[in-house]
Amino acid sequence: MALLPFLDRSHTIARPGFSRWMVPPAALCIHLCIGQAYAFSVFNLPMTKLIGITQSAPGDWNLPELGWIFSIGIFFLGTSAAVFGRWVEEGGPRQAMFAAGLCFSGGFLVSALGVYLHNLWIIYLGYGALGGCGLGLGYISPVSTLIKWFPDRPGMATGMAIMGFGGAAFIASPLSVWLMSIFSTPTHVGVAETFIALGVIYFCFMMVGAAIVRVPAPDWKPEGYAPPVVAQKLITKNDVYVYDAIKTPQFWLIWWVLCLNVTAGIGVLGQASAMSQEMFPGKVSVVAAAGFVGLLSLFNMAGRFFWASISDYIGRKNTYFCFFALGTVLYCTVPWTGSIGSVSLFVLCFAIIMSMYGGGFATVPAYLKDMFGTRYVGAIHGCLITAWSMAGIFGPVLVNYIREYQIGHGVPKAQAYNVTMFIMAGLLAVGFICNLMIKAVHHRFHMKPEHEAIRAQMAVDAAGEPAGA
Amino acid sequence: MTTPNKTGSNTLQLILAWGFVGIPLVWGVLQTLQNAMKLFQ
Repeated sequence: MALLPFLDRSHTIARPGFSRWMVPPAALCIHLCIGQAYAFSVFNLPMTKLIGITQSAPGDWNLPELGWIFSIGIFFLGTSAAVFGRWVEEGGPRQAMFAAGLCFSGGFLVSALGVYLHNLWIIYLGYGALGGCGLGLGYISPVSTLIKWFPDRPGMATGMAIMGFGGAAFIASPLSVWLMSIFSTPTHVGVAETFIALGVIYFCFMMVGAAIVRVPAPDWKPEGYAPPVVAQKLITKNDVYVYDAIKTPQFWLIWWVLCLNVTAGIGVLGQASAMSQEMFPGKVSVVAAAGFVGLLSLFNMAGRFFWASISDYIGRKNTYFCFFALGTVLYCTVPWTGSIGSVSLFVLCFAIIMSMYGGGFATVPAYLKDMFGTRYVGAIHGCLITAWSMAGIFGPVLVNYIREYQIGHGVPKAQAYNVTMFIMAGLLAVGFICNLMIKAVHHRFHMKPEHEAIRAQMAVDAAGEPAGA
Repeated sequence: MTTPNKTGSNTLQLILAWGFVGIPLVWGVLQTLQNAMKLFQ
């Protein structure tokens, strides 16, 4: 990136007078775009009719083939976040946001070519691989910057950005439908043009974020903020190097905490519509079920901000205790709500569960910061995102296959989810134990001043110029 | 060290930045809320 010096970390250091409240909108510019991934399914049906236009024709793609686009994207999200985490951390947020914008928008443009040539492999490569790298880079790019700007409220700060990721589908879904309605003709579905338009719109939006983001000066601290004098047991004042962090039991315990929390939520989110209709036959219509899914998405988004902010006051460990204890009780309650036919209680249970599912994503960066310090928190967060990729596979598989098994063995559809609910409760109970086992990181993992000096010298040697110049 | 926004331009920048992300987000939330209300109809 030497050709583009304005992207360097040194060019993003805030001048005196810069308001830290400019940074959350910069982060939201990125997350409101990349969260579009949650709305990619709006393209599935139109993409099965690219040849037939009104209905699928021979040669048209089918839904299982198209489903791989999202799966590849999520796989590359986790992989790129883990692989490029250190580069993101050391290069600064603007460079990472710029690269994320290029990859994510480039993914749309390559996919438009794939639609135009009717070659699905190009779309796998475009939105899946390239776009997925944009997702990964974009997801972690503002995390450590926000934590450094808000040392007094790290949970709230990262919660705001990650709330944007949860809320992005609310914008992307109607926007995509509207664009397709503009570009479609009686002989053309309009997906390729919509991809191009979205690629351009998202690139511009993300570049605004990259332009306004700033990192605080090294000696900056919020006005009136005094770092705690007395050391807190689970909030370290030391930093842990990213590749040392992944050697600690704490990292893997938090990895399981995130994985189990996400597994319990993601499977249900994908099956919410069908589940509500099957558990309450005749009471929940197709339209009402769609409303239920929308409501869950709202709670998923709101929970990201709410729980992450709460964690600043009650602590990260206690917040996850709430998720796992309350989640276990709620999952065990769901079959009972079905047996008494109470739709309201059913909706209430899942609304709270979904808020905690979102809260799990949003609280984890601050948890990592507490355990491993701020220096490499973005890179460590990148490695942790692999837990999400894993949960993204296991969650839906658990829910779908157990349901199929139950129905195959003569269980009525209304009760086919009961065993799944108890298994989810069991997963959360395991998560509770993992969370319980988390203790402070041993001091042997803490970065020493001489380590930092060696790494700085290596960076100088690699760049050929003084670090931070 | 800190000097929070004291100038008018900074306040304007803040309004613009938050409006830039807030308006689309609120629009999207309202659209979703409208759909979610069908659950209670």
